[in-house]
Amino acid sequence: MDDSIVKIESLRFQWSKNNNFKIFVPKLEVGRGKKVLFLGESGSGKTTLLSLICGFLEPLSGSISINDKIISDLTSTNKDAYRSDNIGIIFQQFNLLPYANVIDNIILPLYFSKQRSKKVENKINAAMNLCDQLRLPESILNQKASNLSVGQQQRVAVARALIGSPSIIVADEPTSSLDTEAQELFLDLMFDQISKNSSTLLMVSHDKSLTNYFDQVIDINEILVREN
Amino acid sequence: MLLKLTLNSLYARFLTVCMTVFAISLSLMLYMSVEKLRTSAYTSFTDTISQTDLIIGSRASSVQLLLYSVFRIGNATNNITWESYLDIIDRDEVDWAVPISLGDSHKGFRVMGTNKEFFNRYKFRGGQPIEIEKGFLFEDLYDVVLGSGVAEKLGYDINTPLIVSHGLESFTKHDDQPFRVSGILKKTGTPVDNTVIVSLAAIEAIHVDWSTGAKIPGQQTPIEEIRQMDLTPKNITAALVGVKSKLSIFYLQRWINDYPEEALTAILPGAALQELWRVVGVVENLLLGISVVVIFTTLIGMTAIIFSSLNERRREMAIWRAMGATPRMIIGLLMLEAFFISMLSVIISTVLLFFSLAVLQPWIDNNYGILVSIEMLSIKDIYVFIMFIIAAMVVSLLPAARAYWFSINDGMTIKI
Repeated sequence: MDDSIVKIESLRFQWSKNNNFKIFVPKLEVGRGKKVLFLGESGSGKTTLLSLICGFLEPLSGSISINDKIISDLTSTNKDAYRSDNIGIIFQQFNLLPYANVIDNIILPLYFSKQRSKKVENKINAAMNLCDQLRLPESILNQKASNLSVGQQQRVAVARALIGSPSIIVADEPTSSLDTEAQELFLDLMFDQISKNSSTLLMVSHDKSLTNYFDQVIDINEILVREN
Repeated sequence: MLLKLTLNSLYARFLTVCMTVFAISLSLMLYMSVEKLRTSAYTSFTDTISQTDLIIGSRASSVQLLLYSVFRIGNATNNITWESYLDIIDRDEVDWAVPISLGDSHKGFRVMGTNKEFFNRYKFRGGQPIEIEKGFLFEDLYDVVLGSGVAEKLGYDINTPLIVSHGLESFTKHDDQPFRVSGILKKTGTPVDNTVIVSLAAIEAIHVDWSTGAKIPGQQTPIEEIRQMDLTPKNITAALVGVKSKLSIFYLQRWINDYPEEALTAILPGAALQELWRVVGVVENLLLGISVVVIFTTLIGMTAIIFSSLNERRREMAIWRAMGATPRMIIGLLMLEAFFISMLSVIISTVLLFFSLAVLQPWIDNNYGILVSIEMLSIKDIYVFIMFIIAAMVVSLLPAARAYWFSINDGMTIKI
């Protein structure tokens, strides 16, 4: 067992059989506990790479290992289980369930992951603690997600990804809709919590100004080859 | 938690879900109404006459005999002589017999001559007796008892005078011998409601001055003289017979059918009613067909509504999946949703049905003579509901499969 949490080798992916466009990642390793930024312009394949790492997409060939487990070999159901146990996801548009309240949104992953659920003694308390640390006011905890401001939704999305301390947090441009000041505040809070959890952060963005926050910045064009 | 979120999700789409539930409830109610009407029509029809073991008439088919003797539709091809009738009722097997004489009418309603025993012996809807609503049964020769429908449609009451017409569509009237309404019967939902009932003697009396179907010119016997006459009928149209032992029904039936003096037919009313229902039962099959089509369209409608709501729920599906829900869970969620929608629809449709039945029952009974019973759901109804809910969950697999496809393909990016 080495210190890499994510390992990709000779990964080839094709969107569909009718589309000859392929992407190829010869090799990629991400160290455990690192905060890594994948930098690249729109359409460069950043989100596709994250989807492959999360097991949403099926590679054509090659392997993806997470925590020394080759997830590209797992069945669809096992992949779902492995993802919910090991990966917390923050979407670009936060994607909270609009009809569920803040607490229910945060504890949702615990219902799908026994492993993450075991790490939490009391789900509600754990959610409330995260909210507190992410400076979400107590008054909103029972409010529906659709009633929250964008900043609040963003922090709820972070809390949802962090609950149950998954070993990897995957974030898809979570700051794209924020101004610089709000961006800084959000990243400070997120990094603080991720550090407390000792999680590894894989974040994609096109914003070069974020590079200072990360342990490692990977230019997507350097690791990913586009094939026709 | 998942159940709570499913319910919250449904609640979040309150208007769409309400419209869906309402549409399905109406369809289910339509199905149940058609079914109720179908079964009630059958029950009302087969219960037109009960506890009568045999109906006797001149030689005819069983359906024809049933039609004219019970439903007052059509005419007998011949009569039964009074002597033959007496021969029959003298049989040891016979417990009771009621003679019926048909042929005349009043403003389109059939006039039936019979005796008072008719009111004791004629039973309907599983043994219900005929009851008098107003007045009394005929005491005088010129008393008539009206079925409820006749009284209601013609606006007649006790003591209303009436004239009997000769035959069915005849302009010749027995206006020399006017009748008077002595009694009005309670509603039965049977052809009795549309019958003008007089005594057998009255039928004889109004035909005293008639011969071979026409009035004898210049002859008008005074009423007082008629009252003194022996008005025992020479012929009757049919007779209702009850036997002492059910075991002897077939023996007596055979004896009557082989009666050497006259060509007679004896039928079992139950069997004849079934036979007649098979003739008119095409309507039942039509209703049954409508029921099946209604259920199918309901299911297709529900699938279409779930399909159309899928696009707006694509983000929701992707969130579930990203959080760790397996495609099977997503399929399960949609099936659970179909379960809730169909279950709620079943409950609402049942409430709507009972409410509308309570309102419409008297109207249906009054206008169509079909007593639609308001009773608890039958085992068959519950079976149909369970099958509907299962079918709803099964058809929801189609949109669920699409949701599965979406969730697989959307991945990190939700393409909406």
